[in-house]
Amino acid sequence: MTEPVTPTLLYLDNVTVSFDGFKALNALSLALDHTEMRAIIGPNGAGKTTMMDVITGKTRPNQGTVLFEGKHDLTSLDEAEIAELGIGRKFQTPTVFDMHSIEDNLLLALKGERGPFSALLSRHTNQESERIDALLERVRLTAHRQRRAGELSHGQKQWLEIGMLLAQEPKLLLVDEPAAGMTDQETADTADLLRDIAKTRSVVVVEHDMTFVRELDVKVTCLHEGSVLAEGPLDAVSANERVIEVYLGR
Amino acid sequence: MRKQSVFDRQSIVVLSLLAATAVLVPVLNVSVPPGSPFHVSDHLIPLLGKYLSFALLALSVDLIWGFCGILSLGHGAFFALGGYAMGMYLMRQIGPRGVYADPILPDFMVFLNWKELPWFWHGFDWFPFAALMALAVPGCLAFVFGWLAFRSRVTGVYLSIITQAMTFALMLAFFRNDMGFGGNNGLTDFKDILGLPIQSGFTRIVLFVLSAAALAGGYMLCRWVVNSKLGKVLVAIRDAESRTRFLGYRVENYKLAVFTLSAMLAGVAGALYVPQVGIINPGEFAPANSIEAVVWVAVGGRGTLAGAILGALVVNAGKTWFTGALPEFWLFVLGGLFVFVTLLMPRGILGAAKDLWEQGKRVRSGLRRDAVPFAAE
Repeated sequence: MTEPVTPTLLYLDNVTVSFDGFKALNALSLALDHTEMRAIIGPNGAGKTTMMDVITGKTRPNQGTVLFEGKHDLTSLDEAEIAELGIGRKFQTPTVFDMHSIEDNLLLALKGERGPFSALLSRHTNQESERIDALLERVRLTAHRQRRAGELSHGQKQWLEIGMLLAQEPKLLLVDEPAAGMTDQETADTADLLRDIAKTRSVVVVEHDMTFVRELDVKVTCLHEGSVLAEGPLDAVSANERVIEVYLGR
Repeated sequence: MRKQSVFDRQSIVVLSLLAATAVLVPVLNVSVPPGSPFHVSDHLIPLLGKYLSFALLALSVDLIWGFCGILSLGHGAFFALGGYAMGMYLMRQIGPRGVYADPILPDFMVFLNWKELPWFWHGFDWFPFAALMALAVPGCLAFVFGWLAFRSRVTGVYLSIITQAMTFALMLAFFRNDMGFGGNNGLTDFKDILGLPIQSGFTRIVLFVLSAAALAGGYMLCRWVVNSKLGKVLVAIRDAESRTRFLGYRVENYKLAVFTLSAMLAGVAGALYVPQVGIINPGEFAPANSIEAVVWVAVGGRGTLAGAILGALVVNAGKTWFTGALPEFWLFVLGGLFVFVTLLMPRGILGAAKDLWEQGKRVRSGLRRDAVPFAAE
């Protein structure tokens, strides 16, 4: 392999996004290592979702550098290309294909050919079935395999969407508020699942729930007004005067 | 994984009904004497053939609207273009039998004092070429239109409006004499098709059977598409487009592929329609026609394919009856039907029938369960 081995998987430098003069991201810089999990916190409007939009190609930054694996310039690629590079995204509200069975949801997400003609001629292979079995097991939906995704509970949909991300075999997962609307037990289970995923992949978690962030037990970045306010272990960040002032409250 | 067969119950029902129609209608026309109540009269055959070509158009609309969420309000344009391709072939077949007896030029060109055939009319005297054009012209237009629209991510009502604008623009263009398609009057006075006199009973039966066969073929093609993984991606796009994008699917390519295929089906429908009604004119591009096709699909049941066929047949049969009995009320009925279906039967006739059936099944199984303890006593 001649690929350069860089320590950073994702590298954002001086990224600015402005909507009609309002700077959603203001010279944001962030670096993420291979198999690192990072929690992003910050008040509403801090730019968390915009940052995800920039990384996944939904929003083009006005300026700045966004590099993946040190060589792919994400600002010049579209959503599908970025997904194929190995970046998966989970939305804030669980977004699954309601009319499809759980199994088909995962089937569509499985890494593989993405063109219309290969889809027309594709046949379901045993390998795919095995992968789907394993994923169903992992997100605890084996018993629901044939049900329509629209019939699942909110928490189950969140997990199905995480399962769909895993099916893509991404190098980086962007997870927006995975614990929103979940019971305490589900929240704890989700933290376990994400920690397990982060053993082999990089994960960025945007979250408001501080208990959940504490359970993740990873480096935390606090955003405010589109740039990094503080970064480090949760205890250090939550002791930071500015963080307390703008986000955690006194 | 349960393998979904293309030959499931719905397909078998649809194909059997179409096969039965294709056999029965000609038999009842030829073998049953005109006095009998079972006789299918001569004028009914092209009428039923017309319905079948409309059903194929409805199928093409359902493929994109029902399964991919693309509401085209301009599909009549592809239908009309397919029809014009066939009409041009039929015009060239008239030869010296026209009013002006010009061996090459169709009557309207002689009338306009044109000296030679425009370049785009060349080749249309050869049936295979005309047949190819009936597919290729709608296909190419849909490809170019779709490429521009889907790449710019025009969706929803905006897309519907520009499809409507497209068919309207084509209508205005085809109304012009300089376009070279017979202007206002369109193409008509056809004499024969592939050497067979177009008015003869035999030709009409052949065209009718071909329409049924094309509808069956179109249905199977659509079934194959929607049952494949491609069909699953289409539904995914319909229900959660950005999710599909973030999974790495290039949504615009999928839409483009299915939109082009759908336009080609509509073109075939138009090519079958023209020899059976004996005329094609710019009125076929009228936006109202495209909207009507959408109503057929909505009435029959969107996203079911079989429903599109059913809707086209039911609404057109109703239209024939109404425009005969109470012509001035037809548009009100059509509008009322659309409102009624949208409000009270959002899944169309087929969806409502399915709900009733399932309700009935529940009631029946409920009765049986109640009956058990009673029987045990």
